[in-house]
Amino acid sequence: MKILVPVKRVIDYSVRVRVRPDHRGVVTEGVKTGLNPFDEIALEEALRIREAGHPVEEILVVSVGTAESQQVLRTALALGADRALLLETAQPSIPAGIARVLRALVDERKPDLVLMGKQAIDDDAHQTGALLAGLWGRPQATCVSRLEILADGRLRATREVDHGLETLEVDLPAVVTADLRLNTPRFVKMPDIMRARQKPLDTVPAERYGLGEDAVELLSFDPPPERAKGILVPDADAFVAALKERGVL
Amino acid sequence: MSRILVIAECHHDHLTEGTRKALACAAALDPGGADLAVLGSAAEAAAEEGRRIAGVARVRLGPQAGFDPPLATVWAPVLARLAADYEAVLMPASSLGRDVMPRLAALVSGVMITEVAEVIDPRTFRRFIYAGNVRLTVRARPEAGRLVLTVRLASWPAAGERAGEAAPVVRDVPDPVGDPGTRYIGLEEHTSERPDLQSAKRVVSGGRALGSAENFALLEGLARRLGAALGASRAAVDAGYAPNDLQVGQTGKIIAPDLYIAVGISGAIQHVTGIKDARVIAAINKDPEAPIFKIADVGLVGDLFTIVPALEKALERAGVGS
Ligand SMILES: Cc1cc2nc3c(=O)[nH]c(=O)nc-3n(C[C@H](O)[C@H](O)[C@H](O)COP(=O)(O)OP(=O)(O)OC[C@H]3O[C@@H](n4cnc5c(N)ncnc54)[C@H](O)[C@@H]3O)c2cc1C
Repeated sequence: MKILVPVKRVIDYSVRVRVRPDHRGVVTEGVKTGLNPFDEIALEEALRIREAGHPVEEILVVSVGTAESQQVLRTALALGADRALLLETAQPSIPAGIARVLRALVDERKPDLVLMGKQAIDDDAHQTGALLAGLWGRPQATCVSRLEILADGRLRATREVDHGLETLEVDLPAVVTADLRLNTPRFVKMPDIMRARQKPLDTVPAERYGLGEDAVELLSFDPPPERAKGILVPDADAFVAALKERGVL
Repeated sequence: MSRILVIAECHHDHLTEGTRKALACAAALDPGGADLAVLGSAAEAAAEEGRRIAGVARVRLGPQAGFDPPLATVWAPVLARLAADYEAVLMPASSLGRDVMPRLAALVSGVMITEVAEVIDPRTFRRFIYAGNVRLTVRARPEAGRLVLTVRLASWPAAGERAGEAAPVVRDVPDPVGDPGTRYIGLEEHTSERPDLQSAKRVVSGGRALGSAENFALLEGLARRLGAALGASRAAVDAGYAPNDLQVGQTGKIIAPDLYIAVGISGAIQHVTGIKDARVIAAINKDPEAPIFKIADVGLVGDLFTIVPALEKALERAGVGS
C-alpha cells in the first residue's frame, strides 16, 4: 500500500494570533510554526498502519506551500515518513487550489490511501479532504477517530458526527481525514532528525500540478468583536443573582 | 425562480434548527427567498415543516429511498444536479454539511466558503479563522463559479414561521445513484435526556477538573434544574468523561446559547471559540488566573465539588427549575 499524507505548516496552536496593522494578514514574524496538529495525527496513523504489519511500500508526505514548509516536511520525515515533496508556491493557497494540486498528484503517484487532517488550525476551512475525494471520484471518510484495515483490504472508519459515532467501510483508494481522537502522535527524537536528513525531499513548482489563481480574495483580517468585561462574585447565591440580573434565568 | 438553494437536514424526522439558520443566511443573500431541498425518508414530514418557514420559495422533494443514512458520496452527486439551477447552495455547518459540501463544491467546480458568519454582499462574506481569533472578510471572484456555503450556526437566528400561504412543493429531486465504494455500518448514537447541545438555550459544560465520568454526572443535576444541555471540553472528552458529541470548541460544536456555564474548564482559545457568541458566559474555576475568567460575564472562584451542589441549592432558593 502507498500512503500519501498531505501536510500544512501552520502557526502553532498555542500562539495568540494577531492581525497585522494593515489588515492584510496576521503577524508571522517571530511566531512559532509547525505541522498542523491534525496532519500530525494523520501521519501518525500512517506510521501505525505500517507498524501494525500491513505492507506499506511508501509513506509520502507532501506540502503545497512556500519554501518555509520544508521545515514541516523535515519534521514529518523525522517522525517516520519515507520521502517528502514540496510543491512550492510563493503564495499560500486556499483549499480549492490545494485540492486541485493534490488531485494531479494522486494521478501521478497513485496512492491507495490519502490520510490527511480534517482541518487546518489556521484557516479552519475543513474542506481539502472532501474536495480531493470529490475531484478524484473516490470514497471519503472524514473526521475519523478510529481506523481499521480489513482482511479484504477495505477500510473500516469510525467518524465523529453530531449525534455520536458513525462507522463506514470504504474501498480503496480513498481519502480519510483525521480527527483529534484518532491517536496521540509520537514526539520527534533527536537521532531521527539527524537520520531524516538522508531522506529525499524534492521540490517542484506547484504550478506544474495546476496551481493557479485563487477563486477567493482575502480582503481583510480583523480582530473579532470583544466581549464586555465581566465580574467575579463571592458565592453561589450571588452567582444566581447575577445571572438573574442578566436575564438568563 | 430562486437563485439560492438550501439543503435541509433532518434529525428524528424533523428539520434541524440549523436548516432554519441556513435559511436565515440565505435571506441575507437574497431577500427574494430560497428553495429548500429535502432528501431522505423524513423528507415528506420535513417538507411540510419547510414550506411553512419564512423565506422558503419552493420545497424540492426527493425520493424517499436511497438517501438514508446520509452519505456524502450519495448526496453530493444528486445535489450537484440540483445546484445547476442556482448561484449559491447553502447547508448548515453540521457534521453532515461539513462532509457533503466540499464534495459538492468539487463536483460543480464551485467555490466553497466554510462557516459563513456574515453576508456583506452576495459574493462577500465574513468568517472566523485561527480558532476565532481573526475575523476574515473574503470575496469570491466573479468568475469563480457557483458558491457552496456552510452556515455558522452560532451566527444566525433560526428563520421563523411564515405569515402567508405555505410554499409549493415540487417533486423533482432525482433518484440517488448509490455508491458501491462506501458501505454504511451504523451509528452509535449518544442519547441523553438533556436537550440537544447545538440548539439548547442553556448549556452546562464540564472540563478536565471533573476527574471522572462518575463526577461528570454531577453536572446532570445542575443541568436538569436549568433545563440545560450538557457540554464538555476536549480534555473531558479525551479522558472519556463525556461522549465526543458533547465537545465544544474549534473542533467540536460552535454554539450560542443564552447561558453557558463552564465548570472546571480553563478557557483555552480552542474551547472559547466555541462559546464566544453565547449571550452570557459564566465560569466556575478554582484558579482565579484561569483564562476563562477573561471572557466570562460572571465568574465564581472556588472548588467545583462544593460550588456545584451549593449552586443547585441556590437555584432552588431562587425558585429556578425544580
Ligand atoms: C488542534 C486542537 C484543537 C482543539 N480543539 C478543542 C476543542 O474543540 N474544544 C476544547 O475544549 N479544546 C480543544 N483543544 C484543547 C484545548 O487546547 C485545551 O487543552 C482544552 O480545552 C483544555 O480542557 P480543560 O479546560 O477541560 O482542561 P484544563 O486546561 O486542564 O483545565 C482544567 C481547569 O479546571 C480547573 N480546576 C481544576 N480542579 C478544579 C476544581 N476542583 N474546581 C474548579 N476548577 C478546577 C483548573 O484551574 C483548570 O483551569 C484543542 C487543542 C488543539 C491543539
